[in-house]
Amino acid sequence: MASYGLPTPTPAVDVETEEFWTATASGRLLLKRCDSCGLVIWYPKSLCPSCHSTSTSWFEAGGDGTVYSFTVSRRGEGPYREAAPFVLAYVELDEGPRLMTNIVDCDVDSVRIGQRVRVVFDDTGEGNALIRFTPA
Amino acid sequence: MTIRGKAFVAGAYEHPLRDIPDRSTAQIHAEVALGALADAGLSLDDVDGYFCAADAPGFGALSMADYLGLHQHKVSYLDSNEMGGSSYVAHVGHAAAAIAAEKCSVALITLGGRPRHERVMGSRMRTAPESSFESLYGVNTVSLYALAAQRHMHEFGTTSEQLAEVKVAASLHAQHNPHAFLPKAVTVEEVIESRLVSDPLHLLDCCVVTDGGGAVVVVSPEVANSLSRQSVKVLGHGEATKNPDNGRIDLTYTGAVWSGPRAFEEARVSQADIDYASIYDSFTITVIETIEDLGFCAKGEGGRFVLDGALVAPHGRLPFNTDGGGLCNNHPTNRGGITKVIEAVRQLRGEAHPQVQVPDPQVALVHGTGGSLATRMGSATLILGQEDS
Repeated sequence: MASYGLPTPTPAVDVETEEFWTATASGRLLLKRCDSCGLVIWYPKSLCPSCHSTSTSWFEAGGDGTVYSFTVSRRGEGPYREAAPFVLAYVELDEGPRLMTNIVDCDVDSVRIGQRVRVVFDDTGEGNALIRFTPA
Repeated sequence: MTIRGKAFVAGAYEHPLRDIPDRSTAQIHAEVALGALADAGLSLDDVDGYFCAADAPGFGALSMADYLGLHQHKVSYLDSNEMGGSSYVAHVGHAAAAIAAEKCSVALITLGGRPRHERVMGSRMRTAPESSFESLYGVNTVSLYALAAQRHMHEFGTTSEQLAEVKVAASLHAQHNPHAFLPKAVTVEEVIESRLVSDPLHLLDCCVVTDGGGAVVVVSPEVANSLSRQSVKVLGHGEATKNPDNGRIDLTYTGAVWSGPRAFEEARVSQADIDYASIYDSFTITVIETIEDLGFCAKGEGGRFVLDGALVAPHGRLPFNTDGGGLCNNHPTNRGGITKVIEAVRQLRGEAHPQVQVPDPQVALVHGTGGSLATRMGSATLILGQEDS
């Protein structure tokens, strides 16, 4: 997997999210769908936040989305102290959910709301990858 | 059941310092507790309800109740409700409800901390279920509010100059406050020419980082009647949580859309009745979205509303944050809720600085925002009135 020049902190994997994080290692973005009402769920959890069913299933997202909002963070904190400037964004997947993420592999000042983006998988070196996006 | 008229704010005290290298956090809580109780004409011996949030050191309310020497046979109500900076606004509502239910009669609320000297790690946040889906991407407080500002600008045409007007109004008030961290009046140009921290928010769109604290004492009508000090009547309270809504977050509004109507309904007043407003001002965008959500203008009109000095006391349409707010005066331990209550009490008592005192105010609104506009927030709205209202 490629590297995109940003820190790759290791996610806290638990039994509820293990399948999600394992899939990222093979370049797959999994989402949960409620078996009862069909709602696409984000972030991954085993309780449907709408109908409160506890029956949910994973499916693979297409990986395309649109920038819903973004900011150029010019002062990073913690592991991002040396990473600024970088783009923090909400990307709306074509499946519906808006994900907190980074837009990478582009001029930070070129990002715009409404821009089409495509998922990339940024290897953490710990058997999983962070979900980031790059201009489509 | 309603809390309207069932409780009174009898004491309020803001720590005068903004940089406190030489005291512990518990000491600051004690200083503001003593200050607010003295303001009310009461003492620690009288306290039978204690309220604090996560800034209080130790084990919820238990450690500080111990440190303060509150009488353990007497304290009958404890509340460690944590809603970030909005906690203390909510605490006043909770205290009023507890008093109305006769669970306590003298409720003490304290906030204190020293972020300029101590780094308090949010260790519990690392175990939050959402943590790995948000925090790994380099989020910080400014960038989260910047996401909201960027979307608000995109949808409604809000400009950096309009955001700057919020800071300008706060700074015009702060110049009269001898304790203000930033006592100098600034211009729109100075705000938008300050460096970008997280686009579109500039350094001067952000609140100050200060040590300090504050405390408020809420009492029953019987206790209020026994005190010589002018108190302030609690008319209504509302609170809410707004969250990312299963990945369908709308960044253009806040939890005030729910907390506000709850408070107005309980207080039986409308926006037109509000003579003074303390509006949480962690960032300029926080104020713009909140005044829309509280119904002072239509959604999307906040940027235009604040033009022409609308927020400037004493004669603007909505005089706000006459102490200089979190943007200029004080945002003790990164939590501004208590100072919002305190300045509203000053206004209703006629004890704000004469240059910013609203003439004969009858009703004041206090709004707290905790957490983040871009993820999950606590919102609390409080409406206060004159003692005899």
